[in-house]
Amino acid sequence: MFLFSQARQYVEQYQDEKRIFRLKEHRILFIFGLLIAFLFVPFVGPDYLFNAILVPFLVLALAGLGLNILTGYTGQLSLGAAAFMAVGAFATYNLELRIPQLPLLVSIFLGGIIAALAGIVVGLPSLRIKGFYLIVSTLAAQFFVPWLFTQYGWFTNNNASGVITAPRMEILGYSINSPVGHYLLTLSTVVVLTVLARNLINSQYGRNFRAVRDMETAAITIGIPVSQTKLLAFAISSFYLGIAGALWAFAYLGTIEADGLDLNRSFQILFIIIIGGLGSLTGSFLGAAFIVLLPILLSVLGQAVFGQAIDQALLQNLQKIIFGGLIIYFLIKEPEGLSRLLRNLYHRLRKWPLRY
Amino acid sequence: MSVSPVVLLELKAINLSFGSSQVLNQLSLEVREGEIYSLIGPNGAGKSSVINIINGIYQPQSGQIIFAGQVLHNYKAKDAPYLGIARTFQNLALFKQMSVLDNVLTGRVLKSHHSLLGALLSLPSTRKDDDLQRLKAEEILKLLNLQEYRDQLVSSLSYGLQKRVELARALAAEPKFLLLDEPMAGMNHSEKQNIAKFIQTINQQLGITIFMIEHDLAVVMDISDHIVVLDYGKKIAEGTPQQIQEHPEVLSAYLGTQALEAH
Amino acid sequence: MSFFLEVLLGGTLAGVMYSLVAIGFVLIYRASGVFNFAQGSLVLFSALTFVNLTERGIPFVVAFIVTLFVIFVLVLLIDALILKHLINRSVITLFMATLGLSYVIEGLAQTVWGTQVHGLDLGISDAPINFFGIMLSKFDLFATGIAGTLVIILSLLFSKTRFGISLRAVADDPLAAQSVGIRLNHIWILVWTVAGFVALVAGLLWGARLGVQFSLSLVVLKALPVLIIGGFTSIAGAILAGLIVGATEKLAEIYLGGIIGSGIENWFPYVLAILFLLVYPTGLFGQKQVTRV
Repeated sequence: MFLFSQARQYVEQYQDEKRIFRLKEHRILFIFGLLIAFLFVPFVGPDYLFNAILVPFLVLALAGLGLNILTGYTGQLSLGAAAFMAVGAFATYNLELRIPQLPLLVSIFLGGIIAALAGIVVGLPSLRIKGFYLIVSTLAAQFFVPWLFTQYGWFTNNNASGVITAPRMEILGYSINSPVGHYLLTLSTVVVLTVLARNLINSQYGRNFRAVRDMETAAITIGIPVSQTKLLAFAISSFYLGIAGALWAFAYLGTIEADGLDLNRSFQILFIIIIGGLGSLTGSFLGAAFIVLLPILLSVLGQAVFGQAIDQALLQNLQKIIFGGLIIYFLIKEPEGLSRLLRNLYHRLRKWPLRY
Repeated sequence: MSVSPVVLLELKAINLSFGSSQVLNQLSLEVREGEIYSLIGPNGAGKSSVINIINGIYQPQSGQIIFAGQVLHNYKAKDAPYLGIARTFQNLALFKQMSVLDNVLTGRVLKSHHSLLGALLSLPSTRKDDDLQRLKAEEILKLLNLQEYRDQLVSSLSYGLQKRVELARALAAEPKFLLLDEPMAGMNHSEKQNIAKFIQTINQQLGITIFMIEHDLAVVMDISDHIVVLDYGKKIAEGTPQQIQEHPEVLSAYLGTQALEAH
Repeated sequence: MSFFLEVLLGGTLAGVMYSLVAIGFVLIYRASGVFNFAQGSLVLFSALTFVNLTERGIPFVVAFIVTLFVIFVLVLLIDALILKHLINRSVITLFMATLGLSYVIEGLAQTVWGTQVHGLDLGISDAPINFFGIMLSKFDLFATGIAGTLVIILSLLFSKTRFGISLRAVADDPLAAQSVGIRLNHIWILVWTVAGFVALVAGLLWGARLGVQFSLSLVVLKALPVLIIGGFTSIAGAILAGLIVGATEKLAEIYLGGIIGSGIENWFPYVLAILFLLVYPTGLFGQKQVTRV
């Protein structure tokens, strides 16, 4: 299917080589997609679309992006992603609460910074501890953080039930407390942060990350500051996760609680990047879409096959089996995940009916 | 490039042992600026350990390392690139999941001017520096005839090409002193000729001093200015290729004393 | 003072339970270099299977054997579908595969056997015994006895039998082991089955104490600090570390918990493990990895 011809499109400048979409047609498609996302969808989408699909998808994709920077690109396995999300969420909440003069976006940004600092602390052991043993540090964080927030009432403003409703949000005087508002806030944040991430990955820093992942000894030999690189990876990853956490609480759940940001959530984010493709930005989005859509698909299927709604518990267990199986499948067959699979598919489609 | 009388690297009475096994024994040597200096000897003689010491990966129990006239104290592997020392590895240490170009570009880390903010926001100054690094990387690829492979993943290349990429990456740092750990291991005859030619080019065109460990004696005799023979961690002979070829102890170390008597 | 001793000893004995789980990990790690995250789900799976059999009136011993057989079949499947395909991959990849496997086993166990909690009665109560003025739990003593017996059996297995020697060969150098004719696959299947047996024993003991329910699989999370402190490759290390973790966990809960809040035992073992790693990068009895450049 020769949808369009890419003749005469040569890369002449090095900067052009670094673009996400090299072909003009792809770029146009992408910009078009963004325009639809920003200008069209908000007006026609039902609330359910925003609340249950788009916002969680975007937030989880951002979380996946963050974890990818640490695990996919720098090779430091982390089982504590949700802990940093919790730090971001609680930090943002406390900033909004105690310094009400701060604009919402600044609070979220600072929440990310605080999460980044936490990330550096958790990352310090990585300078002495190598390889697999490192997971003990992120696991410690994953158990410590929820304990900290439940134990000390200061974080939850001494709220008796432990579940805090998110305060009303507004930017420049406009309330964004609607599903559409949440959606636009999340979308803009994610787009901006994705561009920044892409720039970082393409820079010398990105290469340093990958060098540390692929062969640390050689990285030392050519002069890469390995300790700094690892800590930077932890910091930036946690920054992204912190912002994702703030959005998770403010734009998705509407409540700030440490409950849903537990070890299972960390595993879920890890699954997102494995299924989507380790070390791939688009992969984080694909994996997140998969994780968000699969349960919905399963429940719809279940209803169609069994006639009535399936038992929740059974649904969850089925999901577990499917996710676990997919993880194993992707690790064995396609370590580069959905992003590679879909890319291959797309290329085959464009060349069809030719084979090569 | 002609050999200058200036001594670039000096090892003085180096002792290295692992546990109870003595790997290097009172080893002393001098490498002159601009020469191709080869270290040969039977397997297990301790040759790789010498490179690892020069490179800072191993720390000797006693002895001194003097580079460019300075005694190196507390010398660790991360200091080597700042001194202008680069190396290749015996068993290849490429960044497997990156392309040829990216591997070489990564080697430019100490030469590139980068800032975090500039990288995140893709500022013009960062982009200009990126272009400059790319230019330099391309020059090296051209020197080693690797241009056509620039976008390929290194893990998909043949062994000989991978070794060349590792050489390119080492050159990316514009080093003064290049350590080559068995650069021709596992290659066939024509690949060896290629690498030998590249080593000579690097030495003559770029003026880089070369310290090489190699088993292929023919090549070593052909391109080296100075050869040192190591056996059981001790230096047993040194000199020009001519001198080494006629040295009785060398012959006995390689071929055994019986062969020497028959000679 | 006696209160301190009571907490110390009580914690130490409770730690024996951690050791039991950790031993299963050590076995698999020694044979295939994999940290088998699915060990916890194996504990759950085996306990659930056993309990469902006994609840249907099947006698203890028969249920035990049948469960072992089911585990063996499961191991065969794991080997054929997963292990075979991941032979030369990195440690992290293998770990993530076992992570996926743990989800599959958990989901499977609960789909087949349901999600309710089952009580498990082994006939030993938790009643306290008076031991020179210190109260110790009868059950904990029993568990210690079982663990001790298990360790003796395993040690004999490794040093006296052909299987044991082959296992050590494989742990040392898989390639060399293959070149002398050891079938890697067979070793793996056997090791995983033995680990499954250990998981069953652990599952029964934990299940008797906590009830057979989903949270059993979370026991694996406590095994990680135990393994890190003891070294991944040593059974003796796993035992010693289990005792240390059990003891310090309880002590920290009582003494530190009073100051900074309760619930410390959730994260304290991990912090302990980090501190340990900083001083002993390979654990108390672990093998030092020498990388030759």
